[in-house]
Amino acid sequence: MIFNLLVQGLQMMLVVAIAPLLVGVIHKMRARLLRKQGAPLLQPYRDLLRLMKKEVVLAHNASWLFRAVPYMVFAATWVAAALIPTFATGLQFSWSADLIAIVALLGSARFFMALAGMDVGTSFGGIGSSREMMIAALAEPAMMLTVFSLALLAGSTQLSTVTHYLAGSNVGLRVSLGMALVALVIVALAENARIPVDNPSTHLELTMVHEAMVLEYSGRHLAMIELASALKLVLYLSLIVSLFIPFGVAGPGDTIAAHLLAVVYYLIKMLGGALALATFEVSIAKMRVFRIPDLLGAALMLSLLGTLLLFVSRSL
Amino acid sequence: MNTLSFDVAHMLAGGMLLVSFMMIYQTRLYALLNVFALHAMVLALSVAWQASIQHAPHLYVTAGIALFFKAILIPGALHKIVQRMGIHRQVEQVVGTGATMLAGMGLVALSSVLMLNLTATASAFAREDMAFALSVVLLGLLMMISRRNAVSQVVGFMSLENGLILAAAGAQGMPLVVEISVAFSVLVAFIVIGVFLFRIRERFDSVDLSVMDDYRGEKR
Amino acid sequence: MSAVDLVLTGALLLMALGLSSILFAARPMGSTIVYASAGVLSALVALVGLATLVAGAGAGMNVGASTLWLPIGLPWIGAHFRVDALAAFFVIVVGFGSSIISFYSIGYGRHEHEPWRVLPFYPSFIGAMLLVVIADDAFSFLLSWEVMSLLSWALVLTHHRESAVRSSGLVYLIMAAFGTMSLILAFGLLAGPLGAYDFQSMRASGQTPLVGSVVVILMLLGAGSKAGIVPLHIWLPLAHPAAPSHVSAMMSGIMTKVAIYGFIRVTFDLLGGTSWWMSEIVLAVGAVTAVMGVLYALMQHDLKRLLAYHTVENIGIIFIGLGLAMAFRHYDMNAAAALAMVAALFHIFNHSVFKNLLFLGAGAVQTATGSRDMEKMGGLIHRMPVTSLLFLVASVAISALPPFNGFVSEWLTFQAILLSPDLPDWGLKILTPGVGGMLALAAALAAACFVKVYGVVFLGRARSEVAKTAREVDRWSLATMSVLALVCLLAGVFPGVIIDTLSPVSHALVQATMPVQSADPWMTITPVASGRSSYNGVLVLLFVTMSGFFAAWVIHRFASRSLRRAPAWDCGFELDDPSTQYGAASFAQPIRRTFGTKIFSARESVTMPPPGSTAPAKFSVSLRDPVWDGFFARVSGAVTWLADKANRLQFLTIRQYLSVVFAALVLLLLVLTLWK
Repeated sequence: MIFNLLVQGLQMMLVVAIAPLLVGVIHKMRARLLRKQGAPLLQPYRDLLRLMKKEVVLAHNASWLFRAVPYMVFAATWVAAALIPTFATGLQFSWSADLIAIVALLGSARFFMALAGMDVGTSFGGIGSSREMMIAALAEPAMMLTVFSLALLAGSTQLSTVTHYLAGSNVGLRVSLGMALVALVIVALAENARIPVDNPSTHLELTMVHEAMVLEYSGRHLAMIELASALKLVLYLSLIVSLFIPFGVAGPGDTIAAHLLAVVYYLIKMLGGALALATFEVSIAKMRVFRIPDLLGAALMLSLLGTLLLFVSRSL
Repeated sequence: MNTLSFDVAHMLAGGMLLVSFMMIYQTRLYALLNVFALHAMVLALSVAWQASIQHAPHLYVTAGIALFFKAILIPGALHKIVQRMGIHRQVEQVVGTGATMLAGMGLVALSSVLMLNLTATASAFAREDMAFALSVVLLGLLMMISRRNAVSQVVGFMSLENGLILAAAGAQGMPLVVEISVAFSVLVAFIVIGVFLFRIRERFDSVDLSVMDDYRGEKR
Repeated sequence: MSAVDLVLTGALLLMALGLSSILFAARPMGSTIVYASAGVLSALVALVGLATLVAGAGAGMNVGASTLWLPIGLPWIGAHFRVDALAAFFVIVVGFGSSIISFYSIGYGRHEHEPWRVLPFYPSFIGAMLLVVIADDAFSFLLSWEVMSLLSWALVLTHHRESAVRSSGLVYLIMAAFGTMSLILAFGLLAGPLGAYDFQSMRASGQTPLVGSVVVILMLLGAGSKAGIVPLHIWLPLAHPAAPSHVSAMMSGIMTKVAIYGFIRVTFDLLGGTSWWMSEIVLAVGAVTAVMGVLYALMQHDLKRLLAYHTVENIGIIFIGLGLAMAFRHYDMNAAAALAMVAALFHIFNHSVFKNLLFLGAGAVQTATGSRDMEKMGGLIHRMPVTSLLFLVASVAISALPPFNGFVSEWLTFQAILLSPDLPDWGLKILTPGVGGMLALAAALAAACFVKVYGVVFLGRARSEVAKTAREVDRWSLATMSVLALVCLLAGVFPGVIIDTLSPVSHALVQATMPVQSADPWMTITPVASGRSSYNGVLVLLFVTMSGFFAAWVIHRFASRSLRRAPAWDCGFELDDPSTQYGAASFAQPIRRTFGTKIFSARESVTMPPPGSTAPAKFSVSLRDPVWDGFFARVSGAVTWLADKANRLQFLTIRQYLSVVFAALVLLLLVLTLWK
């Protein structure tokens, strides 16, 4: 009980602590692949600190919602990230929300983020919000169906149980898992506003989705939102590695040493994920906005196909 | 049959289905040809795996044929054709990607239910293999009717053939003669269609088959 | 007095209140008296229902059904009334919703110009809905149903001077007549050749699966057209918004639930068994209704019509739950059936709460701005702070986002879907994952739609003078809406309590209950088993609040708390014209292009002025309603054609009329001769 609580606390701190670092690694790697020097690895931390210390410049007709949203978004993302079994499945509160609830929590965060985009009443905020919701409208069902596939395999929607099951040896190679992986990767790219769906580093407002939505934010509010975005990236990457590379995850009864080793494994896996993401991003171009539904539709179909095959093959 | 061999066979057969969907998703001809090569490669792997678990060495020949002709030779040749005709930029779907994929889902559901109901007495492995193979065949047909360009219709036809070979390899004890004839029929079809492509092109300045409809007076 | 006496008395008192209000409706205090007494009466009735259910849950899930027979109505049947678990639940839904709406109307009703067009019908409408729920024979059921339809029709016609309202009334009347006809046929089949019209004998006489399936289809047509399933929904988005807002809330939030009550009563209680494919039809209809409803809603810019289309969506979600329950029950998977049933019932309750709140909020907005057009609003969060907060709660709840109640019922539905691979039927195996995907799609689109609603109406800058000068509404309205918002939150945070209260209903309908939830010390809900899935609303809410406040505190304490107001940045443009903001139509554009091009044949056209001209460019969107154009327009065309042909019958000579009569007589005699 106490130990599980500690693991839970460590997990919660760990995801926040490594979130800016992950962004830094990706930036560095992308720069290197483009033969550039790139900013130092710790630059995102400095950016966040600087933003937090700056004064907030608030538009005249911004409402209380606009000021509350950064904290709400950060909190919802943080709670969701804290429930992902990154290095240990023995989390104290893992039963308080299952995978469906985690998806819905992220949905809440996005809902409020999109509302904040509409709050000041600028055209860029509106364009960001409406496109974000269009992307979400397709990405969320794809995510949900991926959850279905995993839940059918493991007989549970509880993320710890699913990870524990997948780490066990009796899973076998299921093609549904492959489809779920492809779908989940596409969803993760879309949800985190990465290329080819969105370009996180663009400076042309009309091509942005996420960045256009948060255009009016400044100072500590912007810091919260940046941190929440980084946290969301950590969340999705951890979800992918913990579900599809579930090796070296500590179980509920393992020793402290095993847990520490699991943390190391986890960090290595995250590093690998970050490098893969950076390589993928520099080797592909951004899509037109109205090609995105095709891509996400494909993810939706793949996840549906995976679920369907599982429904069918369960009776074999 | 042990679980590992079942798992790998399942994985490869399912992978072919996945690649079939990837082909439906592609709109560019070059990408389509690359994916088709992948399709044939997965087929070759799947057949080779069948050969090893069924201890049927003649299936290795089939795998080799699939790998050599379908994964390397034909896509390469089609690449050249596309290049020579300068049609690599054509985007030519009749129906949108989403609708086609939705139809594909329906076909997969249909073939799974049909095959699993029909072959209730066969082994679990053969049943699943047949279900996947039928899905691949139907998706190939879907590809042929949902594309306008003759090159992608050829690709659709050949992916259909791939499905047939998958089924043949899964059904134990199919003689080699048949497989060779299947492989040759594909080759013949490829040559014939390749020749046709040039004839169509010479006569109508396009490989878009809808132009031919116009010529026959069938305005769409 | 037993429960049924009390509910019946309440219903009759409400009807009497409606009748007597004719006398004093025009007086200044008239509306206050009527609404206050209607509110108190419905609240009391709801308490009776609640007491019945709670007592049943205490006494081993068996609600002692109280029955009553009155010697009125058809002589050989009389009038039967009965309050069992199912009826008690719907008495709560009707009573609670009506009482809140009535208290709201004390404030809202003052803005009505002609109160005598609303007041007599309003309490009687509540009474009629209660009578439908407690009726225990086909005759009283159909009579109350018809009275309910007609009264709501009269309420729709309150503002009958607008021609749009009159035509919506006509469409409603036709669809209601069609629905009742299907219901009469269904009950006729249930009663059998001996004419056993009371529900008791219908329950006792088992039907063959074929008859059962026909009855379910007829109920789907009859009750479904009242509830608003696609494609029978067309009257709903016309009629619901046409009425005053409290009546819209009543029709959307409550009357659709009474329609679903009819479906549940017949399908799960009166019918013994149905064919296996019935559940597939119900599931497919539910999934299509859910997605189409929300897509329709996204295309709207009339606030109340948009909400009405969301009712269609939620009815679809409820029917998905009911279809799952039918499937599980058919294959004797009673525990799973109980889960699906509870999910559907929970969603019925939730939808009645948040849809009422949304309509009441829309009423407040309409009072403040005098308009329903979202493109004329904006920035109301500054002028109407309380209303906007409460509307936000309802928007989050209906979008199925935690920690509110809409999420819990959809979560339960998802859990029920995840149990369906165990079903032996192949069709269901293929269908249910698709239905799950459609449900997720509907939920995600609903979230998009409510970002649009809230963003356009309450956030941003005012798009018109009226929006700029809007004022907060009266205290009665705010207080009642706060109650509903609180219920949304509590039902989302403590769902176990509601699930346990619903257990007697699922016990009565599918002979099984979900595991007892209130035993868990942490208030976690576990629908199947603890290793399988669980959700804890309290902890999620607590964690999110704590982390949010913690982050805010740390930053304000250690980093910076300074703040400066300045003009909006907007990439260096100066904000002046509010029409540069995103509006309802522009917000929906990406989704309209993605889904609407196929389904609604959405076309965008831009008319540019010639070069050199300073005239504005014009942008317009054309949408076609696939259901209306594809089905109803054709049906009405066919009817017109037939009527034209039949017109000639008016101009016959007497000799010709006589020969028509004669021919009919001979024909009938011939049929009689050849019958054997």
